[in-house]
Amino acid sequence: MIILGIESSCDETAAAVMENDERLLANVVNSQIDLHAKYGGVVPELASRKHLEDIFPVVDQALQEARITLDQVDGLAITQGPGLIGSLLVGLSFAKALALVKKIPYVGVDHMAGHLLSVFLGKTKPDFPFVALIASGGHSSIFLVTDYFHYTLLGRTRDDAAGEAFDKVAKILGLPYPGGPAISELAKNGDPDSINFPRSWLEPDSLDFSFSGIKTSVANYVKQNLRRAPQADEKNPSSVTANICASFQEAVVDVLATKTMKACRKLAATNVVLAGGVAANPRLREVFAKMAAREGFKVSMPPTQFCTDNAAMIALAGFHAFRQGAAGHSDMDAYSRSPLTELA
Amino acid sequence: MNPAIKLALDRLEDTVHLGRHLGLFARPGDIFTLSGDLGAGKTTLTQAIGQGLAVPAGCYITSPTFSLLHEYPGRMPMYHMDLYRLGSMEEVEELGFEDYMYGQGLTVIEWPDRLENLMPADRLDINLVLISEYSRLARLTAWGGMQPRLPSLLREL
Repeated sequence: MIILGIESSCDETAAAVMENDERLLANVVNSQIDLHAKYGGVVPELASRKHLEDIFPVVDQALQEARITLDQVDGLAITQGPGLIGSLLVGLSFAKALALVKKIPYVGVDHMAGHLLSVFLGKTKPDFPFVALIASGGHSSIFLVTDYFHYTLLGRTRDDAAGEAFDKVAKILGLPYPGGPAISELAKNGDPDSINFPRSWLEPDSLDFSFSGIKTSVANYVKQNLRRAPQADEKNPSSVTANICASFQEAVVDVLATKTMKACRKLAATNVVLAGGVAANPRLREVFAKMAAREGFKVSMPPTQFCTDNAAMIALAGFHAFRQGAAGHSDMDAYSRSPLTELA
Repeated sequence: MNPAIKLALDRLEDTVHLGRHLGLFARPGDIFTLSGDLGAGKTTLTQAIGQGLAVPAGCYITSPTFSLLHEYPGRMPMYHMDLYRLGSMEEVEELGFEDYMYGQGLTVIEWPDRLENLMPADRLDINLVLISEYSRLARLTAWGGMQPRLPSLLREL
């Protein structure tokens, strides 16, 4: 079965072609980062206009790279939510129109389900059940995944998402958007133990996160210790900015990894997965792998290209949905918040 | 110029106390704007406003920065918007946020400067200033129909 996946929930317009859940024939991601960088974040109105311009060429390119035509596509998988409504609607409407004209069956895919299953795009695949941490700009959630369709939410953020904390701390430090890569790069030259930023563990049993407080601590630290605004081009290894980046990153990584391992122990799971945009952070991957090894857990992480938003994960989740008999309908709507991240 | 009422929030508990009372004080259709730097306590204050509005405890009030608008059930609906990522009032207009602002709930707007000419005439502006780790200064300014109601809020604090 050939699946064409389309993703447009935030600032990437993406299309991918997959044969069953095994062979990725094409994976095209057209990022809007340059467009949004000057605003320090994703501007929704810009995002949907850009998706509108990009979606046709991106889908076309994916089909060309896969060396197939639309007539060979057996199913369309399209991100239904969560995300920016205006952006989601561009992809959803495009897919519906395509499906109608070409008489191709289609399914809506939850973006979070895509992230949860993205690990199956990599070489090391986990065994069910597994505990997964999805950390991104909009989410920081821990799930128990029992099979391709059943996900139980174990913990979520109570305020800011991990990726959002990176973006906001970058903004405080005068670093460019997106904040994750900028902080991670500077952190290499900093001492992670130099500043003791607070780790928010919440109640002893809680698997929830809170990243608003650490952002405040960084703002306080900058106010008290930096007389002038930090400069983005500071590369001096001993620079205060590098130490702030390293110490901040260490605190966030520590909490994310520790809580995920705790979730595994609590649910007697021996397989653990790290996914979502923040999973592209090298320090998080390193600490996560180390902690998992210490506990004897099997750890799986998708390659970084499948951590950030992509359509391959949507095609893959779509394939399983088709296999399960799912079918989209013309009044299927986009949604901004995922039912997967709300407690039942 | 409309004079601002200054409140010293020396401890985290003071910020929570102010938020709860704002939540109790709110009536359907009220608009509170929240300004202040990153880390000034806007999230904490909004969470406390939610407590005062009886938003169920399991319903976490999280940052709307990414998704722009979150809606919560409570004594009345609370619409929590964050205009941080928006460029101008045209974008606010295109997103239809005014429909929420003049609805039957409490609207809490972070980064309200993006509203420009769409700034509502009746509102309570809350500006938070970071003083030290736990200490904040709050400046409350009431506009239009909110002005005569401000003393009753201050008496309750």
